[in-house]
Amino acid sequence: MSVFQTLKKGVFENNPVLVLLIGLCPTLATTTSVKNALGMGLATLFVLTMSNVVISMFSRFFPKKIRIPCFIVVIASFVTIVKMIMDAYAPPEINDALGIFIPLIVVNCIILGRAEAFASKNGVLASLFDGLGSGLGFMLALVVLAFFRELLGAGAIFDIPIHTSLKPITMFILAPGAFVALGSILGFVAWRRLRREERECAEAAGKYRAELIITSKNKPE
Amino acid sequence: MSGTEAFIIFFNVLLINNFVLAKFLGLCPFFGVSKRTGDALSMGAAVVFVMFMASLVTAFINWFFLLGHPGNLFYRAMGGDPAAYDMTFLYTIVYILVIAVLVQLVEMALMKLSPPIYRALGIYLPLITTNCAILGVALLNNDFAVEASGFWVYLAKCLIQGLGAGIGFTIAMLLMSGIRERLEYIPVPKPFRGIPISFIVAGIMALAFMGFASMI
Repeated sequence: MSVFQTLKKGVFENNPVLVLLIGLCPTLATTTSVKNALGMGLATLFVLTMSNVVISMFSRFFPKKIRIPCFIVVIASFVTIVKMIMDAYAPPEINDALGIFIPLIVVNCIILGRAEAFASKNGVLASLFDGLGSGLGFMLALVVLAFFRELLGAGAIFDIPIHTSLKPITMFILAPGAFVALGSILGFVAWRRLRREERECAEAAGKYRAELIITSKNKPE
Repeated sequence: MSGTEAFIIFFNVLLINNFVLAKFLGLCPFFGVSKRTGDALSMGAAVVFVMFMASLVTAFINWFFLLGHPGNLFYRAMGGDPAAYDMTFLYTIVYILVIAVLVQLVEMALMKLSPPIYRALGIYLPLITTNCAILGVALLNNDFAVEASGFWVYLAKCLIQGLGAGIGFTIAMLLMSGIRERLEYIPVPKPFRGIPISFIVAGIMALAFMGFASMI
């Protein structure tokens, strides 16, 4: 599979949040603004890519029975690195907003899932791009959700006010809005999938009918 | 620690800052295992138990091994400057490993000691290792160490928060499973069936739980 295909698969077909429904806790908690979502997305992307690379390198040395704890140690090390980098260099308001969700990257199902399903069975380069794809997919979902939540809830994008005459719906940056916004986006994704399936179904049925007509015409009298 | 303080910690984490509906911790089991009330209750019981145990164990480890203060055992053994023994940057690695080992031990102990409980909770225990609510409660408990006057006060606060968080999680799971059982019979628009409508229901529940905010 080419690099581009691997990336596309991680971002669209197997999008961790919108299709596979994993990694929901940070998705809802850190999308109060696009800035926070980008920060969380980048942190997760880094941990996912690096742990995928290291696990694919060393997976043959991990005894089969205790491979999960081994993966967790690798992931936790990278999370600690990210935490220390963020404490030192990230803007304080982003660091405070992400709070305990930075150390909680370690229990994000996406990372352990990719380690177990992909990195432990594939080469370094393939795992690198798999991690990049899934990480970018996660970031995309976060940014899309944060875009709608910030637009509706604060009337701004990147803290730049978009509409000032309308009163923003504050609920959308609070907890209930997170659930409703993600539910609506998931509904939209499901609607598009259903429509595509219906179209494919109709196409297949049409083709089948055409074949039937041709075969019945070619039937010897 | 006074009774009021304990009461406030308990109800804060139980209703006002409910782990699932206000803090977004433990959403995977919340949506994954809430299809039937029986399953939801078993999962909730397992989470309460593991959260309590994790609060207990991480409180000991934090106080005696990680924090750089006079209570640190390395400092007591070797002397010098207590701040030099500060190993709090290792929180993440130490806590997740301790929780993973703890869950494994609990599973083995239950299998030996109480097969009926093991049959009810067994399949949920491995899932709990990667449940962010457990690590979340352990990390949130760290804040108590700063203000606590002594180990026993700190431990009591941790245990109350662990218990309250677990019971709050169970309440949210039970409510959700009751609603989802009824949702099966309602003509929801096709794209919203299953998970999307559950999210919107959870949003309305979160809105209701926001009403508790002015309780204390």
